[in-house]
Amino acid sequence: MRYSGLRVIAEALTGHKGWKPVWRDPAPQAAYDYVIVGGGGHGLATAYYLAKEFKQARIAVLEKGYLGGGNVGRNTTIIRSNYLLDGNEPFYEFSLKLWEGLEQDFNYNAMVSQRGIINLIHTDAQRDAFTRRGNAMILNGADAEMVSRDQLRAMYPFLNFDNARFPIKGALMQRRGGTVRHDAVAWGYARGADMRGVDLIQNCEVTGMRIENGRILGVETTRGFIGAKKVGVAVAGSSSRVMAHAGMRLPIESHVLQAFVSEGLKPLIDGVMTFGAGHFYVSQSDKGGLVFGGDIDGYNSYAQRGNLPVIEDVAEGGMALMPMIGRARLLRMWGGIMDMSMDGSPIIDRTSVDGLYFNGGWCYGGFKATPASGWCFAHLLATDQPHPTATAYRFDRFLKGLMIDEKGQGAQPNLH
Amino acid sequence: MSQSHRIAGGQIDRSTTLRFSFDGASYAGHPGDTLASALLANGVRLMGRSFKYHRPRGPLSAGSEEPNALVHLRSGARQEPNTRATVAELFDGLTATSQNAWPSLRFDAMAINDRLSSFFTAGFYYKTFMWPAAFWEKVYEPIIRRAAGLGALTREDDPDSYDKAFAHCDLLVIGAGPAGLMAALTAGRAGVRVILADEDFRMGGRLNAEVLTIGGQAGGDWAAGVVAELASLPNVRLMARTTVVGAFDAGIYAAVERVSDHLPVPLPGKPRQTLWRIYSKRAIVAAGATERPIAFENNDRPGIMLAGALRAYANRWGVAVGDRVAIFTNNDDGLRSAADLTAKGVQVVAVIDSRTDGPLLPGIRHLRGAQVIDSTGRLGLSGITVRLATGQTETIACTALGVSGGWNPNINIHSHHRARPEWRADIAAFVPGQGGPAGLIAAGAAAGHLSTYGALAGGHVQALAVLESLGITATAGDLPKAEDAPLNLSPLWHVPHGKGRAWIDQQNDVTVKDVKLAQQENFTSVEHLKRYTTLGMATDQGKTGNVIGIAVMAELTGRAIPETGTTIYRPPYTPVAMGALAGRSRGKEFKPFRLTPSHKWASEQGAIFVEVGNWLRTQWVPKPGETTWRESVDREVLATRRSVGICDVTTLGKIDIQGTDAAAFLDKVYCNTFSTLAVGKCRYGLMLREDGMVFDDGTTARLAEHEYVMTTTTANAVTVFRHLEYCRQVLWPDMDVQIISTTEAWAQYSVAGPNARKLLEKVVDQDISDAAFPYMGAGSVTLGGLRGRLFRISFSGELAYEVAVPARYGDALMRRLMAAGAEFDAVVYGTEALGVMRIEKGHVAGGELNGQSSALNMGLGKMVSKKKDSIGMVLSQREGMTRADGYRLVGVKPADPKGVLQAGSHFLEVGAPVELASDGGWLTSKVYSPHLGCDIALGYLKAGDQKIGRRMRAVNFLTGTDTLVDIVSPHFFDPDGERFRG
Amino acid sequence: MIIPHPILGPRDAQEFVYLGDASLIDRPDGMTAGIEVFHDYLYNRDNPAGLHRELWYHEQGDRSWLVVTRDTVTHEIVSAELARDVARARGRSK
Repeated sequence: MRYSGLRVIAEALTGHKGWKPVWRDPAPQAAYDYVIVGGGGHGLATAYYLAKEFKQARIAVLEKGYLGGGNVGRNTTIIRSNYLLDGNEPFYEFSLKLWEGLEQDFNYNAMVSQRGIINLIHTDAQRDAFTRRGNAMILNGADAEMVSRDQLRAMYPFLNFDNARFPIKGALMQRRGGTVRHDAVAWGYARGADMRGVDLIQNCEVTGMRIENGRILGVETTRGFIGAKKVGVAVAGSSSRVMAHAGMRLPIESHVLQAFVSEGLKPLIDGVMTFGAGHFYVSQSDKGGLVFGGDIDGYNSYAQRGNLPVIEDVAEGGMALMPMIGRARLLRMWGGIMDMSMDGSPIIDRTSVDGLYFNGGWCYGGFKATPASGWCFAHLLATDQPHPTATAYRFDRFLKGLMIDEKGQGAQPNLH
Repeated sequence: MSQSHRIAGGQIDRSTTLRFSFDGASYAGHPGDTLASALLANGVRLMGRSFKYHRPRGPLSAGSEEPNALVHLRSGARQEPNTRATVAELFDGLTATSQNAWPSLRFDAMAINDRLSSFFTAGFYYKTFMWPAAFWEKVYEPIIRRAAGLGALTREDDPDSYDKAFAHCDLLVIGAGPAGLMAALTAGRAGVRVILADEDFRMGGRLNAEVLTIGGQAGGDWAAGVVAELASLPNVRLMARTTVVGAFDAGIYAAVERVSDHLPVPLPGKPRQTLWRIYSKRAIVAAGATERPIAFENNDRPGIMLAGALRAYANRWGVAVGDRVAIFTNNDDGLRSAADLTAKGVQVVAVIDSRTDGPLLPGIRHLRGAQVIDSTGRLGLSGITVRLATGQTETIACTALGVSGGWNPNINIHSHHRARPEWRADIAAFVPGQGGPAGLIAAGAAAGHLSTYGALAGGHVQALAVLESLGITATAGDLPKAEDAPLNLSPLWHVPHGKGRAWIDQQNDVTVKDVKLAQQENFTSVEHLKRYTTLGMATDQGKTGNVIGIAVMAELTGRAIPETGTTIYRPPYTPVAMGALAGRSRGKEFKPFRLTPSHKWASEQGAIFVEVGNWLRTQWVPKPGETTWRESVDREVLATRRSVGICDVTTLGKIDIQGTDAAAFLDKVYCNTFSTLAVGKCRYGLMLREDGMVFDDGTTARLAEHEYVMTTTTANAVTVFRHLEYCRQVLWPDMDVQIISTTEAWAQYSVAGPNARKLLEKVVDQDISDAAFPYMGAGSVTLGGLRGRLFRISFSGELAYEVAVPARYGDALMRRLMAAGAEFDAVVYGTEALGVMRIEKGHVAGGELNGQSSALNMGLGKMVSKKKDSIGMVLSQREGMTRADGYRLVGVKPADPKGVLQAGSHFLEVGAPVELASDGGWLTSKVYSPHLGCDIALGYLKAGDQKIGRRMRAVNFLTGTDTLVDIVSPHFFDPDGERFRG
Repeated sequence: MIIPHPILGPRDAQEFVYLGDASLIDRPDGMTAGIEVFHDYLYNRDNPAGLHRELWYHEQGDRSWLVVTRDTVTHEIVSAELARDVARARGRSK
């Protein structure tokens, strides 16, 4: 069923009786060509692109809970490609370009909204670093510009320009950055994959992997054994747990990142803003809630909830940046479990087991990567070759000393 | 209109009249009123508009679960959006205005959405607005965004202050209704430290809203008596107006005390609110239960509210919401509302009881087996349509309707750690299940004991259990007599009828139809239902609607409710002001300032300061007549190189290291060797992370055989110290080495320039001639008898010393140095001049020490000794870090001396296309060198060591700057080091 | 969270700085171990869902490094020991 404005009008006039299920609920088959473990954004995107761009094949996505229940359903919805390093920037720019055509591609309005992202500058050293970054972005075909303090003030007059502990001196801006309605991304990919014959199997947790002679044969699940020629794991947040079924230890720790939303407010903030001096970033959703966050809590966790110090730290950053929000109320907070990798960058690679592929280590940046992650993982699964924009995301980069360390923090995941 | 709907009784102080206004109209109320009760007393039912359809709305509840009656409270900078009128305490002069309505609350143009509701179904926006692609940002979304939100922020800075506070207790009791009071009393009498917190301004919970008796007393009086006894116990702390908003790990709870929200403005020196962090050994959640409505068509009109709220307005606030009242219930508690209102003389025109076997109320028209199927009244209820047991329909005129679909125990806090609740069929509600926050138990209605006696008993029993777990024996006491009636509920979630809309989530306008559509489209998981329809996402977090939504989905899918899913809540329990979470950390007080001992002196000189971490450092010191910062900085550089300059370097990290293994320890933590350093000498040290990247650098001196003093960069002072403790305690636990940070203990100044020695000879007591104190010498000295330390080290490339004295003498030393330097025209130089001189010398600093660079990248590869094990030595040899075409530090000069360099520019080969493959690296730091008369820079260039002498482009696309540059050695000035050895 | 400091008693976790898995104690000797051994030591983690032994530093306190045993699913802290004692017990010396 194709969605369109005309269809909405026609259905409205006929009592909405014609809307069909967005996806089927098939029972798992005995075997598939490709099994994608993880029905979050990356897994669904992988299945979608695999079916659409690469292979006519039998494909299943196994999800332990409900579709889109991973971090795609619990993030702050920001998209951008303002990365610094050569290993990252082409990939994220590829992702941003996919975002730009996504809705027409999968016929679902995910509200991709390029209202711009601003990284505030507080010191000359930060300006130098952002200049380096902006130029790297431009050399990679992305857009970047420097915004002066006066320009910024015209855009966001309510920022604390006059009484700030860390004065605002300008910003690096990427106009093509913005936000996307996160759940709709999962649903759009799920619907698109389902339409192309992919079996989306919910409430199906992988409990083991059947590996013989170094080759994967399939996965054990709560709904029985499912055979597969190739298995792709895309379960960021649970990567270590799932890959342990294959006996692998990963360069990843699981950490909790909290996110926050305020009560609905009339429009205040058009784009996305990050306040590095205060561990705070914010945007405003189309429903009016301020969506904001800050640092990860900083300790290994699988609990999907955090603690007060970070909550207070984030609020302090918000108040320092925008003293007008004192009387706005925080409505809801939640925690997501991040695959924090050892250099802050992801992994999309083959593994030591034939037929077993891995996609993870997204830290807190996985949402914006969703389209390219799916595309590149599908590419790897289909061709056994890394996609040209994802060649650096290898397991062995740590062994070879080719880390992609945007923040320069070294092998300590909670600092990335 | 003057309190036309006020009736006798209630816990309000009628001796005092408070004036207030709503949407410009003026009204009167009394102390003890909420804004909602006072407006209802004045006959005002219409208080807000819904989010999507802009439907007219009045209060649904009389408490914090309110989804509808949201207003702007106060005006100007103190305006608070989305304030629930049902909990806003009335004060004299209160002003409130309606929100999400234009041009007025009564006539709202956006109510057109209600007419078009058949188009605006759940998730309609996912299916349209896709063509043409560019129209989303330009056309569709701006319209949607303009319609977004409910209340508005004024954009003015919040003028009030907020505090943070900490409290400790053995038992935290959350909620001061019958269960909470009984629990607090039981524990308080046993002598443990109790905190009793309640969101209301009057403790007692539902007892204040009921006419029930406890032990023969009116419930409210009993509550007041218990509160009085608790107040007399020194081990009990009562916290009214305090909402426990979240349960965190290890018995830590966050609570917000509304210190001043009941006042026009906070009293002088008082915060508006205080965020409490409560550390408890045990906690009892006695937060009661929240009534839920029944969905029927047009069940959202002002005047339709929860039956318990209707009687709360009558009993607690002396308000009859309507002159003709009807009750719609599926349980016995709804009948209580009819009885109470009748007793108050309010005309109850009918009780519509969906059960066929409920007890009959005498003297009231009691329609059993009937259902309300629709309502009328544009801006407020005027009548209902009832389907009788016979199947006939009847229209009943009424202005208020109380609806009771049962009560949901407040499992909210209990589910903050994501514990799943359990379904209890007898009350058709979720109750706390296994796995809540450790140490937390539920009592009373929050645990599903919905009768008054059940609450008292539950509070008592749970408190005894807590006492026992704390090792205190207390015996069960006699409980006062109280009603203990069952609810006798027969589930009814929504009334199936016709084609109209029946609201489930009133604020977000989620109706039964939307749930049906979600089911039709296979969004049947509860999470999908919530996310697709926005059920429970409004400011009330679905306190009244979520369970109904799940129940309707269960009906549609033919599953049982627990099989369909559960609902859990996230913190906070009720929305929390951002200001309260931030406390005092705002404006200049966002982070502390660290000031050096001579900060005051520098201020007197008119120094310009720069933030370096939390420090303020002198950036430059303008002299009269200087109009640009460059003039000042050039002068400071030239004067220093010509004669002598003084720079405050106190902020550098300083660590004393002592012990018989101090030398071996330093060999581990530095990649170069320190055990060979002679006593009385210092050496530049490079510290790596274990991954082989450069962590920090600095000069470390050996003051004695087993005593070193290390300096670190300002930025890394804290992390280096932490790392040294790690190495000392965790990696080499038996090394005899002690360390202590002395960053704050010493004030330290660099004295640099050809006349540095001459100047210092005037203040240092000892012989510091080149022979006695050679280059890289270090040791203890005295300055007029004052103990100090002297290091002959140079960052500037000049003959230079760093002299340190105990911090409290820093100011005096600075003044002394300047006085002694007057004859040499000594200048003070700041971080800018320091930067110029270090770049002229090719020393790495901030821009180069970026955490992404190895010693090899910095041209310091030879410093990594392979003859000993040190942190980072092994992994620095990985192939990716030793490649010949990796980045190398180079110097950069413009080909034309007038050419402009900018840090962050990238290197491109001349003639190469502008693309990623041409990217050669970037300029890390740039200054203007007054000696060379041009901009100079350092940069990381791929294979830079092989490109010395090459001409390249340095391009900054952000400013449109494209400069031809020459790649040179990073040692621009005095490359042979003749000056600093002088 | 509250960490039961073996010397100072219960302290709010906010006073501490977190490093990571206590396996970092077992640092190989750089004169004998090569890149592969160091790579596994520095980069790979068990990352368990459940009990986790991990290094915390009491920065706003007595500067002790602790080995805290904590459940990563519930955040419950089972024990806290001085890292120096743990390191010695694991055979580390100078």
